[in-house]
Amino acid sequence: MTDRAEPIPRPQRTSLRVPDLKPLQPKSLQPWLARLTPWLLPLAILVVWQAASRLGFIAANVLPAPSDVLAAGWRLTLNGQLAENIGVSFKRAISGFLLGGSLAFALGLFNGLSKTSERVTDTTIQMVRNIPNLALIPLVILWFGIEEEAKLFLTSLGVFFPIYINTFHGVRTVDSQLVEMGRSYGMSNLELFRRVILPGALPSIFVGVRYALGIMWLTLIVAETIAANSGIGYMAMNAREFMLVDVVVLAIVIYAALGKLADSVVRLLERLCLSWHPAFQKH
Amino acid sequence: MTTATLATTTSAPGARLFEALFEDQSAKARAARGQPIAIRGLKKRFGELEVLRGIDLDVPAGQFLAIVGRSGCGKSTLLRILAGLDKPSEGTLSLSQAGTASATPRIMFQEPRLLPWARVLSNVEVGLGAERKLPEAEERAFQTLRAVGLEAKAQQWPALLSGGQRQRVALARALVSRPRVLALDEPLGALDALTRIEMQGLLERVWLAQGFTAILVTHDVSEALTLADRVVMIDEGRITLDIAVDLPRPRRRGSVDLALLEERILKDLIPEDANPPEYAI
Repeated sequence: MTDRAEPIPRPQRTSLRVPDLKPLQPKSLQPWLARLTPWLLPLAILVVWQAASRLGFIAANVLPAPSDVLAAGWRLTLNGQLAENIGVSFKRAISGFLLGGSLAFALGLFNGLSKTSERVTDTTIQMVRNIPNLALIPLVILWFGIEEEAKLFLTSLGVFFPIYINTFHGVRTVDSQLVEMGRSYGMSNLELFRRVILPGALPSIFVGVRYALGIMWLTLIVAETIAANSGIGYMAMNAREFMLVDVVVLAIVIYAALGKLADSVVRLLERLCLSWHPAFQKH
Repeated sequence: MTTATLATTTSAPGARLFEALFEDQSAKARAARGQPIAIRGLKKRFGELEVLRGIDLDVPAGQFLAIVGRSGCGKSTLLRILAGLDKPSEGTLSLSQAGTASATPRIMFQEPRLLPWARVLSNVEVGLGAERKLPEAEERAFQTLRAVGLEAKAQQWPALLSGGQRQRVALARALVSRPRVLALDEPLGALDALTRIEMQGLLERVWLAQGFTAILVTHDVSEALTLADRVVMIDEGRITLDIAVDLPRPRRRGSVDLALLEERILKDLIPEDANPPEYAI
């Protein structure tokens, strides 16, 4: 075999011009525009609503124009009723949240950490949890009348369960491998709680808090419309008696604003406390 | 030119480590820093199941011992007992006391087990235990982090590190208290092949410099032979093989001596099946 092997034909080298590839990401919005985007839809609704009212598509005694609602707000601000009622409702919401929330947090931690404590209390809590707290309103009125205790009782009860369940769940699902690591490095029980268990349970606790805030406003609105002589809910019910539709709508708008405010505060807290979490890291 | 640069950069963290921290290199000094371990008639039962059925083992101070065996043979249980995470059902384990250095064995797990909510540096500080409150704690943690080549990541969250980097942080955490015994429970098991080789090199250099007694549990026989002075095999709760690996370091991957030893251990590890199943569909 002296024949030279036939040379393998080389593939023709064609010059491939790679086009300049632009990154696939869409152009990111300007920061100020990105911040504004969530508000565009509510703003558009307001504009349409205002136009529809002014053009007579919506009767004023069914749904007043946004400008009328604003005017009602200004009127009530001037005579001091608005500030007073918001203050009263806010105080009720906060005190109910603090009372119910702190009890729930403590019990959630306790039951999460101790099997004995869980065995004693958890079944009872689960039974009570399944009673809608608003079903207790007649009983609460019998007990407390329309005093402050009635609202405090109902809101704390409403806030209690989401915080309890999520705290309990958070503590229980802390990575047992991390707990073992902490022990093997000689952490005391207190240190283990502070450095491993509590931070591990925190994301779940925040879920509970945000959920509880929703229930807090819901319970308070219902309680105030049925059994109160002050507060935003009372203001709305009172306005209904006098057919002041603008004040009723104003009350609803205020509830929406307060709810959004509470949620924003918790989101801010979340960002501060959970900055280690991949879901909260800036890119 | 390129290769030279590459070599310098890769060995740099290791080289600095020894100047900065761990100067003792001789075998004598190593024996002085490590701690001998004596195990007598050790048994461990979980309910009906007897996982360890009488282990007798002496580990001289400063030895690098590898324990190999199939999964479920009891090697991890032995290591956990050694590290104080489990109690033996029967028998004794003694880590004889000598000197003043930290007597608690440190353990490194297969997972890094870093606290995700603590920065890399404070994760290393966890390893100081009660000494964390000392004024020089942070400096020591930082020096150890530098020793594993991660000083640039001190203020980073663990979630942003690669798997190999996380395991290096875990190594720094285990080393920061200057342990006299380091237990390693398949610490490289979850890493990719290249990172594994790098980590093996780092482990060996750290061990040479610090001179602790190292107990490595692994199912990877070639890893055991690359790193250990002595390989012990456990099968069904008993030690079935105990051989010294008397080869110069650093060992060359794929050398004939290593291959022969590996074959011998694997032969014991994988029993000859009298009737191998017929492959048929």
